[in-house]
Amino acid sequence: MPCAFIKFCCQLVCEKLNVCNDRIRKSKMCFDNKLSEGDKINLSDLIGTLDKTPSALIKTKKQLKNLQHNQSTLETPLTRKETERIQREVAFEKTSKEVSRWQSVVLQNQKAEQLVFPLNQEPSGPKRIEQVVAGWKAQTPLEQEIFSLLRMNKQPLHDPVLTPTEEASLRAMSLEEAKIRRAELQKARVLQSYYEAKAKRERKIKSKKYHRVQKKVMRKEYLKQFDEMVKTDPAAALEELKKMELSRMKERMSLKHQNSGKWAKSKAIMAKYDDGARKAMQKQLEVNKDLTLKLVIPADEDEEDEEESAETLPDFVNDAEHILDQVNPWMRGKLSTDPMVQEESNRLDPPVVRPRELGTPGEGRDDQEEDEEQMEETEEEALLRGFEERPDQPKAGPGVGQGESPALLEEGLVRVRTLEDVELLSQDVSASDPAPLTTTQTPGTEETDTQSATQQADKKRKRKKMIDPNEVLTKEAKVIKMPLAPTAVEDVEGKEEQRVIIKEAFAGDDVISDFLKDKRKQEEAGRPKVIDLTLPGWGEWGGLGLQPSRSKRKRFRVKVAPPPPRQDQKLPNIIISEKRDSSIAAHQVCQLPFPFENPTQFERTIRSPVGRTWNTQNTVQKITAPKVVTQLGAIIEPIAREYLIKDNRQAVTGPSINLESDQGPQKKRRSQQKKKHKRKKN
Amino acid sequence: MKVKVLSRNPDDYVRETKLDIQRVPRNYDPSLHPFEVPREYTRALNATKLERVFAKPFLASLDGHRDGVNCMAKHPKSLSTMLSGSCDGELKVWNLTKRECVRTLQAHEGFVRGMVVRFCGTSFFTVGDDKTIKQWKMETPGYGEEEEPLNTILGKSVFTSIDHHQKEGVFVTCGQQVDIWDEQRSSPIRSFSWGVDSFSCVRFNPVETELLASCASDRSIVLYDMREATPLKKVIMNMRSNTLCWNPMEAYNFTCSNEDYNLYTYDMRYLDKPFTVHMDHVSAVLDVDYSPTGKEFVSASFDKTIRIFPKDSGHSREVYHTKRMQHVISIKWSSDNKYILSASDEMNIRLWKANAAEKLGLVRQTVLFLSFTSSVRTSSNLQVPGIKSNVMKERWISEQCRMLTINR
Repeated sequence: MPCAFIKFCCQLVCEKLNVCNDRIRKSKMCFDNKLSEGDKINLSDLIGTLDKTPSALIKTKKQLKNLQHNQSTLETPLTRKETERIQREVAFEKTSKEVSRWQSVVLQNQKAEQLVFPLNQEPSGPKRIEQVVAGWKAQTPLEQEIFSLLRMNKQPLHDPVLTPTEEASLRAMSLEEAKIRRAELQKARVLQSYYEAKAKRERKIKSKKYHRVQKKVMRKEYLKQFDEMVKTDPAAALEELKKMELSRMKERMSLKHQNSGKWAKSKAIMAKYDDGARKAMQKQLEVNKDLTLKLVIPADEDEEDEEESAETLPDFVNDAEHILDQVNPWMRGKLSTDPMVQEESNRLDPPVVRPRELGTPGEGRDDQEEDEEQMEETEEEALLRGFEERPDQPKAGPGVGQGESPALLEEGLVRVRTLEDVELLSQDVSASDPAPLTTTQTPGTEETDTQSATQQADKKRKRKKMIDPNEVLTKEAKVIKMPLAPTAVEDVEGKEEQRVIIKEAFAGDDVISDFLKDKRKQEEAGRPKVIDLTLPGWGEWGGLGLQPSRSKRKRFRVKVAPPPPRQDQKLPNIIISEKRDSSIAAHQVCQLPFPFENPTQFERTIRSPVGRTWNTQNTVQKITAPKVVTQLGAIIEPIAREYLIKDNRQAVTGPSINLESDQGPQKKRRSQQKKKHKRKKN
Repeated sequence: MKVKVLSRNPDDYVRETKLDIQRVPRNYDPSLHPFEVPREYTRALNATKLERVFAKPFLASLDGHRDGVNCMAKHPKSLSTMLSGSCDGELKVWNLTKRECVRTLQAHEGFVRGMVVRFCGTSFFTVGDDKTIKQWKMETPGYGEEEEPLNTILGKSVFTSIDHHQKEGVFVTCGQQVDIWDEQRSSPIRSFSWGVDSFSCVRFNPVETELLASCASDRSIVLYDMREATPLKKVIMNMRSNTLCWNPMEAYNFTCSNEDYNLYTYDMRYLDKPFTVHMDHVSAVLDVDYSPTGKEFVSASFDKTIRIFPKDSGHSREVYHTKRMQHVISIKWSSDNKYILSASDEMNIRLWKANAAEKLGLVRQTVLFLSFTSSVRTSSNLQVPGIKSNVMKERWISEQCRMLTINR
């Protein structure tokens, strides 16, 4: 086909132009020759000729080649029906999105206390003269002069009564927004002045005691905060710790708390005679020592220790004694208890962590104090040791339970109990009946020996407790895992055990008597009460201290007839509520009406009277204001697009203000809640 | 000795002038005004009863047509002007303040099917059974001038309804298809059809002015956008909708009057189910119109009554009927929200108050007892003509039976 077409074209061109150029003739001849051979002209043949014109046509060549290679067919187009459906869907989505812009306006109108139609009303009342005489022009030279002056000062001339700046400010903010903003600013200013006054007042207080107390409070608060931070945000706490360390270092660097200040010198003179001054000096010295102490964190590994010691060598020279003292009790030259015994005791009672005491060992005190101190020291040591040992070697008492737990875990449920609980339970059970004690504590026969071991450990602990009851209080609750009785075992023993467990679980939970009490209470409440209808002062003198006469009281005391028997009178194990009254139900609301958020709110509104007798004129008018106000004879146009734009602008500026005044979430909630205002009708 | 004397500030009790009202001090202490709930209840009951006593909604009947009135149109700029078209092709322009016909013209041969006044109020369009659209001047022709339409367009099929764009010179008609016309051209600029059906009503959205909705005879409601090439969406109902009306304050809500005695309010974004079903009519609902405030709408029914529904309530707050009013074909709510106009089969147009107990004229302020009015029984006990109440009773019984069978 292409060859025929090309041939035809060539002929056409020849005939039309009537110019028989050599070139054309040649090409025609060429085509004729090719055609005469009976071959088809391939695209490659044509491209071949292009090869001779290299530069310009390379692109075209490439395209043609691609075309030659690309043999895949195009997909069939979608049917008209389908395309239309797609078009429809797209169009609908678009329009519904467009229409949804009105949502906020509609909701706002729905919630509005009062709507006044027509919506875009001009402010009523007399118009300003400037507006009235908008079309008026200056004629006399004086007027013209005045106008030119006004123009120069950018004062409004005709219609826009406001100056450009005023108009700009109006445009930026509506009246309500401005009011809100003003209130906020006012509040902020008041708060600021209040705090300023407070600070000033406090600064003027000269009492040192006051400041000391204040400082102490601050410190306490800070510590509390820090503790909280440790729990909630460890990273930040670490940061804070570092900061503290840094401040301490700075303190160390400075000469503060050295005995070199003015105050210290004066005190030094006084110290000879005054006991208080001496004490103060000592205190300062202590503080100094505390601060200048180089902290050494006990390392877990030896290598680290070595490294650290190497690093801290220069400091070590400065205050070697402290470090030695802290780490090694032997260096003090005082003997503590036997290390083996101590270790055992450590295992038995895991020490309480006292972070404060870690870094600050007491020093330079009296001998009497030192003994106590030593005790403390040993404790701390033990603690440190305990830290070291904990990871690799579990302790004897709870260790058994822990060691056993994995095997038991495989069996089924695992119940986590504290040791105290177990003890309590065992005590309880032993008090009631000593026989099932073993059964309760031995769920499987295989584990009896291990179980007994734990029991022994428990007994040991108990004994210890009896010796030193204070320790119980200081002890942390140890958690061990106790196996629950395997439910699969179906023997009497198991059932009994189950019962015991249930009994334990609901101990002190007397449901039946509670129920009976409840029922009795309800019956009591339903019983009729004597109503006193005496009106003091009615038919006789009344006033303070005067009681209505007895005969009258008797007369007006009404005994109400007993109510019909309760429905649950003969049903001992059922309570049927008698609160519902069908005659009242007709007047009750079955659904919470639209703007209310909870029943109490609604009830309060309903309960408060509306009429003039109970409210002031203004309140009555406010309460009974109609929801929709229209004007007779004023045409109400459908809501216009400008309204939407206005609303959008408000919405854009709105939230920033709302966030500050904390009204945002409330508003949101209100908007989300869209309930039907519906009351039950009879 | 010190003598203490009672002293009062005369400002508290002395009038400035003789014409001032005497100040009456009042004590609002609740203990002095007991039984507030029962007293308020009584007052509310009385107020509701009085409201019923004073409910005299019927204002006037405009007679003059010689056949049933088929359609009406409001004037967008003048409250006192109203147009009506009857089944014999006659069109009348009314002055409502004087309650008289100011102009009569023979618009079409056969029914006047639809009518709409241009947004500027200078001319109006009518469609009729004679397959024509005619544009007329609003002004009455001078003495000796002929009543002639400004424009006449001859269509291929009967047009059943017409509506005009809010701001542009574009109007829409429906018949076998929905056509959008430019005022300057004699052929439609766009036609929408979706399957073969005939349309009974088409309405422009008054807020989003490019949107349209139409009721088709295949029980469907179809939405269009004038700017799009295809219709937007279709919802098929159980029975045919006769007319629909967009809410003039809520762009995406519309209500349609259905043959199954109910009205359905739809949100056009969620067409899979209506968000309110308005029941109470006992026969097919023929026409519906929104109040210009968008809070209520009025419906005209084949059961010879007019009912006013709050837009989000399932039942009507008011029912209007008279002995002589037959099937109500067309209904309009006046654009100042105070009146309702109904056109019925027996050649009359009736003017009603939108708020039956409202006193039009000089009004003294009255207190509404809002908290009780809905629980007071009388307000929902509207009187309905005998046949209708029987029908309603039957309906109630059948409903109960249905419920029983369901419960079993």
